[in-house]
Amino acid sequence: MLLRPKSRTIRNLKEFLIEKILFTTAFLAVVITVGIALTLFTEALPFFKSVTLKQFFGDKQWSPLFSDPHYGIWPLVTGTIVTTVIALCIAVPIGTIMAIFLSEYAHPKVREVIKPLLELLAAIPTVVYGYFALLFVTPLMQKFYPELSGFNMLGAGVVMGVMIIPYVSSLSEDAMRAVPMALREGSLAIGATKLQTSTQVVFPSAFSGITSAYILAISRAIGETMVVTIAAGMQPDFTLNPIRPAETMTAYIVQVSMGDLPHDSIGYKSIFVVGACLFLMTLFFNILGQLARKKFWKAY
Amino acid sequence: MENENAIVNNKELRLEVKNFNFYYGQVHALKNIDLLIERNKAVALIGPSGCGKSTLLRSMNRMHDLYPGNRYEGEMILYPEKLNIVSPKVDPLEVRMKISMVFQKPNPFPKTIFENVAYGLKIRGIKDKDLIAQKVQKSLENVGLWNEVKNRLNQSALGLSGGQQQRLCIARALATDPEIIVFDEPTSALDPIATAKIEELVNVLKKEVTIVIVTHNMQQAARVSDYTAFMYMGELIEFGETKNIFTRPSKKLTEEYITGHFG
Repeated sequence: MLLRPKSRTIRNLKEFLIEKILFTTAFLAVVITVGIALTLFTEALPFFKSVTLKQFFGDKQWSPLFSDPHYGIWPLVTGTIVTTVIALCIAVPIGTIMAIFLSEYAHPKVREVIKPLLELLAAIPTVVYGYFALLFVTPLMQKFYPELSGFNMLGAGVVMGVMIIPYVSSLSEDAMRAVPMALREGSLAIGATKLQTSTQVVFPSAFSGITSAYILAISRAIGETMVVTIAAGMQPDFTLNPIRPAETMTAYIVQVSMGDLPHDSIGYKSIFVVGACLFLMTLFFNILGQLARKKFWKAY
Repeated sequence: MENENAIVNNKELRLEVKNFNFYYGQVHALKNIDLLIERNKAVALIGPSGCGKSTLLRSMNRMHDLYPGNRYEGEMILYPEKLNIVSPKVDPLEVRMKISMVFQKPNPFPKTIFENVAYGLKIRGIKDKDLIAQKVQKSLENVGLWNEVKNRLNQSALGLSGGQQQRLCIARALATDPEIIVFDEPTSALDPIATAKIEELVNVLKKEVTIVIVTHNMQQAARVSDYTAFMYMGELIEFGETKNIFTRPSKKLTEEYITGHFG
């Protein structure tokens, strides 16, 4: 039977419309990102009319709302970096090991139970994590280390690490499971153990996907707000010592925006400056991650 | 057949398959297989799809251990060790160190060419860099790849052509000096020129190592093997010297298969 194609004009019109709709959707994401960045930067710029760059990058204190104001961004940066590093020290190794277990060792039935449970960790509201850090983890740590202050970066970082484990494990596991069985068989067939196969063949083959998981975890840790606001204390402190209280960039934004700030005040403007810095920091790690991903990209 | 010196008709035996059965769960996939494989000869396993030839081949490498519910019964005795390689008491790792496998589709690891060949040595704990380099070179020479890749050993193996990748996989299997290499349709994903090179290679390799090869291609079986086993529905129908199987098979089923009546 000969099938006649439907009218060509209608078909072309359909294709045209669909292409435009798809393009608009993709374009929207770009527009929104650019819009947010523009708002941040235009609102942030007036800040530098009253504060010099030298003050901003040279001062080691951050107290823009005090009568004796200091505008050094570094205390917020160190606070963010220390909590992020602690979180990653927890999430990356545990998440990766879990991913290897789930992908290479776990019985399918076990995986079906553990994976959703693990992903549930990501569904708990962050405010709950915050109080978990403040009221459970920190007091627990104080039993072993009494000098630990009630608000500290260590507890907040550890809990934040637990919170982002599912981001690491779930994406890494997907990446490892996508490695073809033929590669595992090739390794096992010449006498490799399961562990050797997992760590020396599967893991490196999936590394570009695993890098994506790490990038997401880093972005998540830098941008996390609630846990650090509640549990790390809201005192900007230029320190790398995790047992001290400190303030992250996100926590500062929360703290300041909760008060009544006149629209033109320096405090109001500082919100956008800190936001812009946060944006740049996340962007920097994302670009770094993308470069790493390209470098380690493997086809199979 | 119960010969202490493992000499049958004055020939040295490498692998003796005795009353071997294999089950995928409830499915009885291989039935009472008996097969004698001589040292440094090439044996071809032929038969229609689903006849069990790949299943038999993968048993020799204990590949079925990777998936639950599979069961071996009977014996496959590797000489001169007299090791029953399908016994549950025998460590599959030990078997795979003596019997390597080359697969249907080339499966190089996403590593450098050098690392691919060195992999088998490194996982065996060999640390001597000179020894590894020497072995890698020898294996690549044996598969005729050395001159093509010697200037790019540190580049990714994935940049090689399909035929080169398959020869690399053979070099990888060869580097650890196995006693037997089993090939599961090694040329089915390759073009005719690459296929010819692999076939040539099998003919060269059998001087040093025993070869079992599963193939869909009867001309290939005729070209590379000394002995041929014809299988049908999980049973070994006929086994003999290749020239006899292809010129005057003793079973009607074999004749029908090789003359193209089915399969």
